[in-house]
Amino acid sequence: MDRIMSKKNSEYLIERNDNIYEVVIGLEVHAQVTSNSKLFSSSSTKFGAEPNTQVSLVDAAFPGMLPVINEYCVKQAIKTGIGLKAKINNKSVFDRKNYFYADLPQGYQISQYKYPIVGEGNVILDMPEGQKQVGIERLHLEQDAGKSIHDVDPSNTLVDLNRSGVALMEIVSKPDLRSPDEVNAYIKKLRSIMRYLGTCDGNMQEGSLRADVNVSVRIKGSTDLGTRCEIKNVNSIKFMQMAIIYEANRQVDLIEDGEEIDQETRLFDTKKNETRSMRSKEDAHDYRYFPDPDLLPLEITDEFIDQLKSEIPELPDDKKKRFIEEFKISPYEANILVSDIDTAKYFEEVVAKMGKNRDMKLAVNWITGELFAVLNNKNIEIAHSPISAKNLAKLINLIKNGTISGKIAKTIFELMLDGDIDPQIIVEEKGLKQQSDPKALEALIDKIINDNREKAIEYKQGKEKLFGFFVGQAMKASGGKANPQLINEILKKKL
Amino acid sequence: MTEITSLSLFELIKNIKEKKISSNEATKSFVDRSQKSKKLNTYITENFENCLKLSKEFDNKPNFDLKLPGIPIAVKDLFCTNEVRTTAGSNILNNFVPSYESTVTQNIWNEGGILLGKLNCDEFAMGSSNETSFFGNVQNPIAKNLVPGGSSGGSSSALAANLTPVTIGTDTGGSIRQPASFTGTVGLKPTYGSCSRYGIVAFASSLDQAGPMSKDVKDSSILLEVISSFDKKDSTSIDFKRNNYSSELTRNIKGIKIGIPKEYRVDGMPGEIENLWKKGIEYAKDCGAEIIDISLPHTSYALPTYYIVAPAEASSNLARYDGVKYGLRSSGESLIDMYEKTRSEGFGEEVKRRIMIGTYVLSSGYYDAYYLKAQKVRQLIKKDFDDAYNKVDAILTPSTPSSAFKIGEKSNDPVSMYLNDIFTVPVNLAGLPGISIPAGRDKNNYPLGLQIIGKPFDEQTVLNIAYSMEEKINYKNNITDWWIE
Repeated sequence: MDRIMSKKNSEYLIERNDNIYEVVIGLEVHAQVTSNSKLFSSSSTKFGAEPNTQVSLVDAAFPGMLPVINEYCVKQAIKTGIGLKAKINNKSVFDRKNYFYADLPQGYQISQYKYPIVGEGNVILDMPEGQKQVGIERLHLEQDAGKSIHDVDPSNTLVDLNRSGVALMEIVSKPDLRSPDEVNAYIKKLRSIMRYLGTCDGNMQEGSLRADVNVSVRIKGSTDLGTRCEIKNVNSIKFMQMAIIYEANRQVDLIEDGEEIDQETRLFDTKKNETRSMRSKEDAHDYRYFPDPDLLPLEITDEFIDQLKSEIPELPDDKKKRFIEEFKISPYEANILVSDIDTAKYFEEVVAKMGKNRDMKLAVNWITGELFAVLNNKNIEIAHSPISAKNLAKLINLIKNGTISGKIAKTIFELMLDGDIDPQIIVEEKGLKQQSDPKALEALIDKIINDNREKAIEYKQGKEKLFGFFVGQAMKASGGKANPQLINEILKKKL
Repeated sequence: MTEITSLSLFELIKNIKEKKISSNEATKSFVDRSQKSKKLNTYITENFENCLKLSKEFDNKPNFDLKLPGIPIAVKDLFCTNEVRTTAGSNILNNFVPSYESTVTQNIWNEGGILLGKLNCDEFAMGSSNETSFFGNVQNPIAKNLVPGGSSGGSSSALAANLTPVTIGTDTGGSIRQPASFTGTVGLKPTYGSCSRYGIVAFASSLDQAGPMSKDVKDSSILLEVISSFDKKDSTSIDFKRNNYSSELTRNIKGIKIGIPKEYRVDGMPGEIENLWKKGIEYAKDCGAEIIDISLPHTSYALPTYYIVAPAEASSNLARYDGVKYGLRSSGESLIDMYEKTRSEGFGEEVKRRIMIGTYVLSSGYYDAYYLKAQKVRQLIKKDFDDAYNKVDAILTPSTPSSAFKIGEKSNDPVSMYLNDIFTVPVNLAGLPGISIPAGRDKNNYPLGLQIIGKPFDEQTVLNIAYSMEEKINYKNNITDWWIE
């Protein structure tokens, strides 16, 4: 039985025995702050270094070592808060979250509990059925733990502390999400905003963005929240969606069987595609949070916040609005172009380089069509595009002013890939310039009609399909360089 | 040569600067006497060879502009010292050798001081008699089988026995002032934020403060000038204008207002402490001070507040000693088993007791009733002092409710042990400077101390009052060298 009753747009509902359930999702996203050094030490945060080579005495919690706040990370958190249209708190406090683990050198994580640096805000999602606002509960700064490696040595666990002390922003959403599709859009939007701000690179493969997913279900229409389960540390959107679908259905099954849902922490097993109980509420850690006496409360003045506000770049929502108004492109096209900051930058550069006689339609089509296809195929980020915005703009202008046809442009595009070659040079070297001299074309067409008299007669007798044949012959004879519009005009006249 | 060891720091510096004594000669004297004084058990780690070597190097290239030119100094084993074992008096750090230096000790070496050795202390500075040290009891040179106080008991004993010209301790609830009081020496706890905590094994972060211990007030002023500094590596370090404490030291305290808090007249306080305090008031008057009765109404809550706040922070601060990264590791079946065995074997009873108390008061369901309430009371205690300082410049109290007790006398009675800190603890809770100076003797001829508490960052006034009273009191330790072999 297909458990998903209906899938209209992004809606996700589960039907059992005439009951229709909706799923309620809240996310705690852990986003690694883009910063050269850690939250409380000067160690490097570079990804992929040899184990335990980026560890200071503070990170390894040596006796007498003290944390000192990295001002840059604080700025990054505030900027992110501004990007989430959130309240920046003038006073926040670092607390210790106490628990023992091999990769937690201090025996506590420095986090923010009661008084986070950023309060309530929101993000706007563009869903097929329209815009949706998702509430942000809070954003706080905390240290990452190290890494326990269980599968290298058969009898020992190895610990890598390179990540220990790296700054994370925990962004807690309100339980406003209702479907895997919305989760997808939410994560992508958060990622987009943070990449615009330069506060998190959003690289999920490197673990820069991970989430704890809170899932509960309830009869659609109900306003009460069901008992939730928290799925810990899911590191891709796909897994988040799979985990939610599994977990929501598991909970519905339990309810339908008349059983209770235990509030618990669960793990998502990506191989078996299921969530498993990690610990129940009764076994939950008592973290004994208390203000870290090694650190003073963080006091942030309004002037400091205003200064950072003035440094905030144009964010995706504003950029989209401007693209639609200024470039007269569709909201759909604008969405595609603004979702990633590098795409938006590329697009704007193409637009700038096209000059006065710019053709937005061509620009959008070439970027989202040919260029995206190449980038996808070769798995390259647009920031490292093999064709620069400048040269793509030139190519588009060559089409626009009739120098080359769209078809020839595709050939040139392929040639440009080999080292970002100027299309003008390719046109000249390969003699690919479009033939737009009417006299030459007329001569060419006269010859074709002469050579194919019978077909010409058939056409005149009403076999209109043959028009395409003549166009094809003319293009062939010109080596594909003939201006197709002119060919059409001349053929119509001559036939 | 024995005379060298009985010189004050000030005199020793003078002699070295005048080239009457070389650094090496001085060092030899202290090393010799230290070697004859093993019975006191003051040292956990000796650095004698290296100290002698460095003193020679100093003499070859002397720099008399330094504040501690070639002066050998032994320090409490709570200060991390580069390449010299640092144990905090605990088995769990028995073999720990830091690769870094605490800011306070670095300040001393920068001014020409030379590390003589690491001095015994209560385990992680938790204790008032030096009996919780993994490295054993320390004898008080005043009399056989007498505790030297704690937690800086190795420091107070070494100082009183003339094994080091001065020393430094740490004071979380009285750990400098109480041992100073028990050994007839001077101990100063500076304002919280005056001396950097960087590189000091943490006990209770919001209370810990390093400070000088010396034979007289002037020496403390010299040492404070060296060790007090603003340090970016400690977020609680405070950037205030520090005096040249020794050159600004004066006995002119005419008209200074000294408060006498009635709440320090605690139930069951021995008559001799009461008398000492009365005498102290007279001395202060003789010095030209004006005596004013004041009230610090929340004083009686200070001790219970302290024994919530300090263990709470300690329970978290000591979580890092888990056998994973450094220090003792006992083998176990699993990670949890390894933790349990390491910490069971690595920590002593008193440390375990405080970890348990601290864990309990921070637990969910108890946090509000204990930790949060204690923090509120702490604010009230602070406010008591703030109010008092609207009327007075400093406060005079006894340092301890009794003189030094016998080894073993209180070791099975933690509460009676904790009561020792009753006069010193409020000062830590309020983050104020406080000094203990020797002021008399009890019926057994054991020393008794008086405490002068100052306004925040006003160490100068505290020192000046102590300096004036010291002259009037004219106390001299009567040490018989009973332990010398």
